[in-house]
Amino acid sequence: MGDLVFEWMCRGAGLFVLLLLGGIIVTLFIGGLPAFRQFGLDFLVSTRWDPVEGREQFGGAVAIIGTLMSSILAIIFAVPVAFGIAFFLTELAPPWLRRPMGTAIELLAAVPSIIFGMWGLFVLVPFVQRNIQLPFGDALSELPLIGVLFQSTNFAGTSIFAASLVLAIMILPFIAATMRDVFEQVPPVYKESAYGLGGTRWEVMTGVVIPYTRISVVGGIMLGLGRALGETMAVTFVIGNANRIATSFFDPTTTIASVIAMEFPESLAGGLQQSSLFALGFLLFLISFIVLASSRYLLRSRLKG
Amino acid sequence: MNRRSLLALGTALPMLPRAGFAQQTTITGAGATFPRPLYERWSQAAREPLSVTLNYQSIGSGGGINQITARTVDFGASDAPLTTAQLTERKLMQFPSVLGSVVLSANLPGVADNALKLTPEVIVDIFMGRVARWNDPRLVELNRDIRLPNLPVSPCYRADGSGTTWVFTTYLSRVSEAWKNGPGAGTAISWPAGNGARGNEGVSNIIRNTPGAIGYIENAYAVVNRMTTTQLRNKGGRFIAPEMPAFLAAAAAADWTVPNFAADTIDLADPAAWPITSPTYILLPMDPPADKVPGSRNTMRFFDWAFRNGSDIARRLEYIALPSAAHDLIRAAWAQQVRDPSGAPVWTAPAA
Repeated sequence: MGDLVFEWMCRGAGLFVLLLLGGIIVTLFIGGLPAFRQFGLDFLVSTRWDPVEGREQFGGAVAIIGTLMSSILAIIFAVPVAFGIAFFLTELAPPWLRRPMGTAIELLAAVPSIIFGMWGLFVLVPFVQRNIQLPFGDALSELPLIGVLFQSTNFAGTSIFAASLVLAIMILPFIAATMRDVFEQVPPVYKESAYGLGGTRWEVMTGVVIPYTRISVVGGIMLGLGRALGETMAVTFVIGNANRIATSFFDPTTTIASVIAMEFPESLAGGLQQSSLFALGFLLFLISFIVLASSRYLLRSRLKG
Repeated sequence: MNRRSLLALGTALPMLPRAGFAQQTTITGAGATFPRPLYERWSQAAREPLSVTLNYQSIGSGGGINQITARTVDFGASDAPLTTAQLTERKLMQFPSVLGSVVLSANLPGVADNALKLTPEVIVDIFMGRVARWNDPRLVELNRDIRLPNLPVSPCYRADGSGTTWVFTTYLSRVSEAWKNGPGAGTAISWPAGNGARGNEGVSNIIRNTPGAIGYIENAYAVVNRMTTTQLRNKGGRFIAPEMPAFLAAAAAADWTVPNFAADTIDLADPAAWPITSPTYILLPMDPPADKVPGSRNTMRFFDWAFRNGSDIARRLEYIALPSAAHDLIRAAWAQQVRDPSGAPVWTAPAA
């Protein structure tokens, strides 16, 4: 009897989460329906975001591209550092340092995102503006082909580059912790055999550990990507919030989450603007779902194998 | 002790501490963030003489309109006036409480407060992204008496939907056809250039951090935080510094007899007036149901008290009180427009 009650309680809890998720996605879809009806597929590709009364025209392309670009840049910044941390913690660090340092990295995940946002705005943005954009931006913009990536007429410092840096720091603990955990799962006998053949630490890492844990590492990176996609407060502070596609690292742009955070409170219930914000929320949900589902899939196949 | 006396005690006890404030009632309001400091200060001051406490949630004008439309609060507050159609549809009346003003602040090393002179045309070009450097010939021409640095012009704006943006962009649309047909006016618009930040503090932070930045902020915020502001040429052709006499001139020159009190104080022809000011509004149901009638009545009592006694508080917080002629028009509108379910006016002038 007790077993049966327990089983159904657990089953109910699981079903409840599914229902809740379903409820959220249905609510977002219904909220966004008027916008999808009005603009159709154009909503995905139009860069026009004009909330001015009487000529409302909404397209989510800038926010969607901004979300993907800032998240991918953040992954590019975070992965090498996370790899370094995980490598250090599993191979190089003396045993007494491993636990405290691992805990410290994980604690980074507990800092509220608004703190990262404020720190980004007050410390990182002026630093990037003075020490990266001004010296490097001018010098690198002379380069052929890629010069345009560094050339910007925007000097306020809040930019996609600053946003990606803040995001990279925020997702670092997730990726580093996953990498450390899976590196530790590598059977010692594999590594010892490689060391026995005269391999260096680097060769063991790249020749044995990485191939063995490759899929799990990618899964961890996807988890970080999922976190970066939905991050709102910190990004809102530092990305510059402009409805323009960034053609350079130092251009301001916007993300789905920050457009919603910025414009939702002032939008009228039932209006086309609010509906478009719901529609953007729905799209963000879809993107995050795809990313998280694929990370789950990758992590699971490793655990079985 | 029998059961009945226990019950009686149970119902009496919660009332004991309140016995001293038998008539103390609470009214609830929600909406615009801009007048929040004033409403809170008024609420503190009115508690004793009026026995009315105000619980004001500054959730933004849009939220205020949504909440009063759903009738979950006693009044809503919005920085931008609603149109007659919107008011009729929601069965609301609207009246202004005070005026606020928007000023321009710039970070130009070596340029003193209120020394920089700007014209409407130049401001439009700056926010359009058409002025690249501060030593642009047009700016130099206007400011022969100061040295303008060779810095990039970095416009910045409020990225969160806000009444401040509505006022400023309405002004830009008024002075420029290109702006009106381009970015337009609203609580949030698609800006052609520059960086967006969250709230007055976000914009001020960009201005402080970025030499060459220029942005618009509420005057109250600029005064409290000692931001460097600029002069502006008004419709009367004079360069005006953003100071209280110029704001009061705008309030006095406005026409308060227009429908729904949607008085236009933007870009007035008065040569003494600061061109970017606007009233902030209160929204009140015209047909409060029986249980909401006391809330409506107390809301009007509260603002009636504030109109009579709150001007000094408003001025100290850098808000601009309405002229008293406007106050009388508002009281007349209360008596005429807000009716209880039996059709009798909810507002009756208190026996002074």
